[in-house]
Amino acid sequence: MRTPTFLLVCLAIGAAVFAASLALGNDYIFFAGYVVMQYVVLSTAWNILGGYCGYVNFGSAAFFALGAYSTVAIYKLITENDFYRMPMPVLMLIGGAVSGVVGLGMGYLTLRLRGAFFAIATLALAVVLQTLVVNWDFVGGSRGAYIIRPEQIEPIGNYIRYLFLIMMLLAVAAVTIARMIEHSRLGYGFATIRDDELAAEASGVPTLRLKLIATTISGALMGMAGAPFPYYIGYLQPASTFGLDYAVNSIAMPLIGGTTSWVGPLIGAVLLGSLQQIATVTISSAVNLLIVGCLLVIFVIIAPNGIVGLIHTYLQHKPEDFVGRHHVDADAPGRVP
Amino acid sequence: MTGSGDGLLQVENLGKRFGGFVALENISLSVAAGERLGLIGPNGSGKSTLVNCICGTLRNEFGNVRFGGQKLDGLDAHERTHLGLARSFQLPRPFVSLSLADNIRIPLLYTVAMRPDRRHTPHEVEERCVALLDEVGLGDKARRLPRDLTQVEMRKLELARAMASEPKLLIADEAMAGLTHSEIEDILALLVRLNEQGVTVILIEHIMSAVMSFSRRLVVLVSGRKIADGAPNDVMRDPEVERAYLGQ
Repeated sequence: MRTPTFLLVCLAIGAAVFAASLALGNDYIFFAGYVVMQYVVLSTAWNILGGYCGYVNFGSAAFFALGAYSTVAIYKLITENDFYRMPMPVLMLIGGAVSGVVGLGMGYLTLRLRGAFFAIATLALAVVLQTLVVNWDFVGGSRGAYIIRPEQIEPIGNYIRYLFLIMMLLAVAAVTIARMIEHSRLGYGFATIRDDELAAEASGVPTLRLKLIATTISGALMGMAGAPFPYYIGYLQPASTFGLDYAVNSIAMPLIGGTTSWVGPLIGAVLLGSLQQIATVTISSAVNLLIVGCLLVIFVIIAPNGIVGLIHTYLQHKPEDFVGRHHVDADAPGRVP
Repeated sequence: MTGSGDGLLQVENLGKRFGGFVALENISLSVAAGERLGLIGPNGSGKSTLVNCICGTLRNEFGNVRFGGQKLDGLDAHERTHLGLARSFQLPRPFVSLSLADNIRIPLLYTVAMRPDRRHTPHEVEERCVALLDEVGLGDKARRLPRDLTQVEMRKLELARAMASEPKLLIADEAMAGLTHSEIEDILALLVRLNEQGVTVILIEHIMSAVMSFSRRLVVLVSGRKIADGAPNDVMRDPEVERAYLGQ
């Protein structure tokens, strides 16, 4: 399936989901659905670096928070005084740009390290950024920051429906980008880095450059996912923004869904995200990490390649569009772009 | 041709240390275009270290390497591959999640495609992948994964992937280790064919019959130093070479 067709299909599915949610007549669906879509973006973004390239990033919360605090900073600068309310898509682009640049910088400093050293460096980044934010009074510091969410936005109505729609469009974009990468020359390069970086270099793959691309794209998408968060949550504080939920879920969802394909993080995010939302309203949000932990242990033991891997093993063949294969897209040039 | 001079590959006074351990000391070597060079030496003599320094996997502390007249200092391994230096690894290192065809596709996409006069359409890339696999006898396994291959097939894949980058010089690092006599003949025939197509080949091997039949010139390393360089029969009669292999 070509990329434009895939995008149209995703948009159609998204429109159907939005219409169905409207028909249910309960705005809590949008509150819960926003979180699920957010995790689709975060897990897909994580998978571009972690799954495709094999570089585990423990600092997802940092990039997410960068996007969120970019929004807070802009809000404090120009919106709080009713001067101007920047459109959400613009905030997301700014959040994405900030996180992307930080991702590029972090990558340049750490991607010459391999394996556990890189993972530790990403964890260190999260700690450093949290410390900076806690001590930055302009964005609220440790006290946190209030963002006043508008009640309505025309023509959609309730603002939470608008946030859900925006996040769903971002999820469609993220999944499309991940699929495009997987089917492209870039995706082949990422796979060689994951499989054997030394052999990749010997085959002419510019591994550092590709890893920097992956880090930048991954960071940017995470930042874009974080940008609307202050408007969603209303009150942003460092402890929750840099919380374990984002780091753990960003890793667990692709691992449970399957890391070698674009569809794995989507499956993992929808499944795990929905379970967590159900648990939040029926038991408590405190069990969310317990659910993640238990599922991770189960899947590591019985299905280390995730749900996609299980399906592949069961079917005993590789449907080209769903299980980690690599073909150059028919429209893609056969040379360096 | 025993020392430095004009050649496709020139190694000048190359030295490499790992901490206090001297892995290579004052190695000078010149390889002419189209040559068949054998590089031999006991285990631990520095052969693979020399290859790694030439190909950019390791950085040499002393001396320099020139390829096609260009100094390679500071160039990453992938950049040296783009210039036409290719190698196969001592232990095959296939891309395990990619099919055989996709393993071959990588150098075509990332090396050959870098050359302005060598831009392929996706169809041409696909055709080239199949042709290379056919050349090494793996054409019928193009869609299989490397885990399905035998030892000799893995080594053929390794060579095919090196060939896919259309190199000017190929370093075959122990490409025949652990193979049977007929399998060794297969690999040798492949290397001879490659050389006849104009590719300079450096063969690193412990299998002396293969080295002697393939090489037109032999270089011997012992304990990180070059002790002999010349025609194979002359080198094998060198007393120092005899001492290195057979003892006093």
